[in-house]
Amino acid sequence: MKETVGTRGLILNEPFLWERGGKGRTGYSLPRRDVAAAALPENLTGDGPDFPDLSEVEVVRHYTRLSTWNYGVDSGMYPLGSCTMKYNPKTNERQAALTGFSGAHPLVPSELCQGALQLIYELEHYLAHVAGLDAVSVQPSAGAQGELAGMLIFAAYHRDRGKPRSKILIPDTAHGTNPASAALCGFKAVPVETGPDGVLLPASVEALMDDDTAGIMVTNPNTLGLFETHIQAIADIIHAKDGLVYADGANMNAVMGVVDFGRAGVDVLHINLHKTFSTPHGGGGPGSGPVCVCKRLEPFLPAPRVVKTEAGYALSEDFPKSIGKLHAFYGNFGIMVRAYSYMLSMGPKLKDVSQHAVLNANYIKEKLKDVYHLPFDRPCMHECVFTDKFLEARGVTTLDVAKRLIDYGFHPPTIYFPLVVHGAIMIEPTESESLENIDQFIATMRRIAQEAEEDPTLLKEAPQNPKVRRMDETTAARKPCLRG
Amino acid sequence: MLQAVGMPDLDGLFSTIPDACKRTDTLDIPELTEWELNDHMAALAGQMVSSADYKMFAGAGSYQHYIPEVTRYLLSRSEFVTAYTPYQPEISQGTLQGIFEYQTLICRLLGMDVANASLYDGAMAVAEALLMAIRIGRRKKTVAVSSLVNPYYRKVVETYFAPTEFTITWLPYRKDGTTDLSGLDQIEGLAGVAVQSPNFFGCIEDLEAAGKAIHAQDAIFITCFSEPLAYGVLKAPGALDADIVCGEGQSLGIPQSFGGPGLGIFAAKQQYVRNLPGRLVGQTVDADGKRGFVLTLSTREQHIRREKATSNICSNQSLCAMAAGMYMAALGGTGFRELASLNHDKAEYLKAALQAAGLEVPFASATFNEFVVKFPEGFDQRWQDLLQKKILAGIPMVCYYPELANHYLLCVTETRSKDDMDALVKEVQS
Repeated sequence: MKETVGTRGLILNEPFLWERGGKGRTGYSLPRRDVAAAALPENLTGDGPDFPDLSEVEVVRHYTRLSTWNYGVDSGMYPLGSCTMKYNPKTNERQAALTGFSGAHPLVPSELCQGALQLIYELEHYLAHVAGLDAVSVQPSAGAQGELAGMLIFAAYHRDRGKPRSKILIPDTAHGTNPASAALCGFKAVPVETGPDGVLLPASVEALMDDDTAGIMVTNPNTLGLFETHIQAIADIIHAKDGLVYADGANMNAVMGVVDFGRAGVDVLHINLHKTFSTPHGGGGPGSGPVCVCKRLEPFLPAPRVVKTEAGYALSEDFPKSIGKLHAFYGNFGIMVRAYSYMLSMGPKLKDVSQHAVLNANYIKEKLKDVYHLPFDRPCMHECVFTDKFLEARGVTTLDVAKRLIDYGFHPPTIYFPLVVHGAIMIEPTESESLENIDQFIATMRRIAQEAEEDPTLLKEAPQNPKVRRMDETTAARKPCLRG
Repeated sequence: MLQAVGMPDLDGLFSTIPDACKRTDTLDIPELTEWELNDHMAALAGQMVSSADYKMFAGAGSYQHYIPEVTRYLLSRSEFVTAYTPYQPEISQGTLQGIFEYQTLICRLLGMDVANASLYDGAMAVAEALLMAIRIGRRKKTVAVSSLVNPYYRKVVETYFAPTEFTITWLPYRKDGTTDLSGLDQIEGLAGVAVQSPNFFGCIEDLEAAGKAIHAQDAIFITCFSEPLAYGVLKAPGALDADIVCGEGQSLGIPQSFGGPGLGIFAAKQQYVRNLPGRLVGQTVDADGKRGFVLTLSTREQHIRREKATSNICSNQSLCAMAAGMYMAALGGTGFRELASLNHDKAEYLKAALQAAGLEVPFASATFNEFVVKFPEGFDQRWQDLLQKKILAGIPMVCYYPELANHYLLCVTETRSKDDMDALVKEVQS
């Protein structure tokens, strides 16, 4: 193996903000006062917040030092399964920062915000096209809110037909947000067991589907990285009982330009712009979770919606069956600008993105399956799931492998998810990585497997190189300290 | 690579997908070079009125504040921007300490015990607060919300409550521009009450009295905001016995960006910590006893509790919370208070000047940086004309309160000069 990426280096300590500074310092220039002071009633006024006063250089060093304790996609390979940690093109940031966008007030008359309205309109159109569905709302702020929008649409649809339903089918491989979003809409989640090949079987769905079940939530490709081969047959079963099919599109990066979700029988799908469409994750957000629907569900989409009229683009509230508003304004517009910029940079080559993402995942799967247990040995989509079964005899777990990867300079894969696979190691390389990087990752994973055989303590005591070592999470939860 | 995976070509990778699910067409999306993209985006952005070249007197939930260069610059550190949710704490300490500090500064600003790592926006924060009150209230099934809570927040609350069995009672407003809480004792099974301060009319609510009235009904006292800068000069809601304080944090160093991304701020009393929605960062130690941070109390969350979680939220607005932390750090306590005073004083200047010009300020309660003005009949045409002169003379209230024809909500921040305000007064007079 070539020299590893991970190494030791000088890491600087940094105290809390409030352990720095001194009264009267500031990192901000106030505008010159051009009006007189005015009094506020005394019973309403307070002393002002107890924030530390810091100079500009203190603020800059503080956050610069903190940033060096982080690992981002710009630092190195980030094969976090189900999260699609692809490269975030820098031109997207430039576009979102354009003053016309970043400085726009959301409540100006529509003739004064045509650029934003056109962008939203076109982005919705492009997303609908990629999904193979008919209409889109970009209002949901993240994937989970896109799911909530989908479930609200399910509920509104059945209510509109005069037959509200109380249950929803959710496969056991689903993200936790699926049952949580369904529960917010009052649906009782009914788990569906995955078949022996890692995909849902129509018979299992048929056994559970009834007239009180609103429909099914399927993640496709699923969280095992497999395409739900029987999706059409499953959709037919659901539709036969007047149910609806929801697809969690968190894994859309595998199938752009390949799958037509409309033809597959899907009625509602959400997309994560912060996964598939290259907007940065920001350490946990902001994201954006557009919801896509088939024609007959379009009346239920969140409002307001951007419509095209003879006089230009406008915001319309004229959707009496709409589930309503999910965001104070129109959603995370700044994220939409980035995704739109990405889509236009890629055009039809979005299909190449999916092809390479899937190729990379299959390549890793083939190159590691002799040393890591592969529970479902079949062609995968954009991610592959291994387990720690081969390491068990040495007392080594998935967590140890993940922590050892950190020492070698890689972000660990997603671990212990999906829950149906014991000790899961879920690897999603994305299309962004070169063959050299992927080979180095593979060589590192193989070396770790070898270390597990020869010297398991190397894994047990990992990581050694980052600023801190394994954290005491039990104490953190038992005696929560949530503020300084 | 294809050889290694045993596939003849790239299409072979998708052989597990039934043909009937596959698309037969090529994606029909234009492909632009970086040069063409820059031109296209500049043209779109050029069709926008931005706060930079108009004299905006508009707030109503989105505020034009100056963002110090230091905030913008530090926020672009790609270690912050391109990281995921900090599931691997050993290589996420930057985000984790930054969010821990954000939680702390928010607690200090609002006078609360605990704050979460953020929600999507102010509207969703209010909806989550009301759902939390229902969880705490157990068998109680009603919440009451002031009609002076931002109308858009109220719409989102309606969306979140629509599929539930819980009901919302809307509380009327009084002549002085504050919430009328006199009917609370008539409401059965009241779990929680939400007011906003400063409210949608810009008026500062008497939170102390509100808290007493709400607690007298054994309900959860929720107070929300769209302009957190106000707490640079106002009493912190925590000091007035609020149980949950939540709202929008866009004012704290986040661009307006056509309404999003913003920042859902959410704080509560310690006793309700296990009922909180969203992520929490906690302090702990590593294997060597060194101080560090982790995501904690995750047994409340969807990835563990699934359908029994306190919320379905997963991704939040982490980078916006970092921006808010940087902004509060750059201003410091002294700067934050001075900036808040300046906002208030400028708004008072404009209010007095408009009153001197003969216009009516219909609500007598004290305000922060927004207030309602009643213009003469037919002002809507003048309002349109002023747009041509690059002045946005407030937000018309009639769309939200049909009884308030000719009423406009005006906002003045530090970005408006005395000259801007004098020009506005002159224009509306003529």
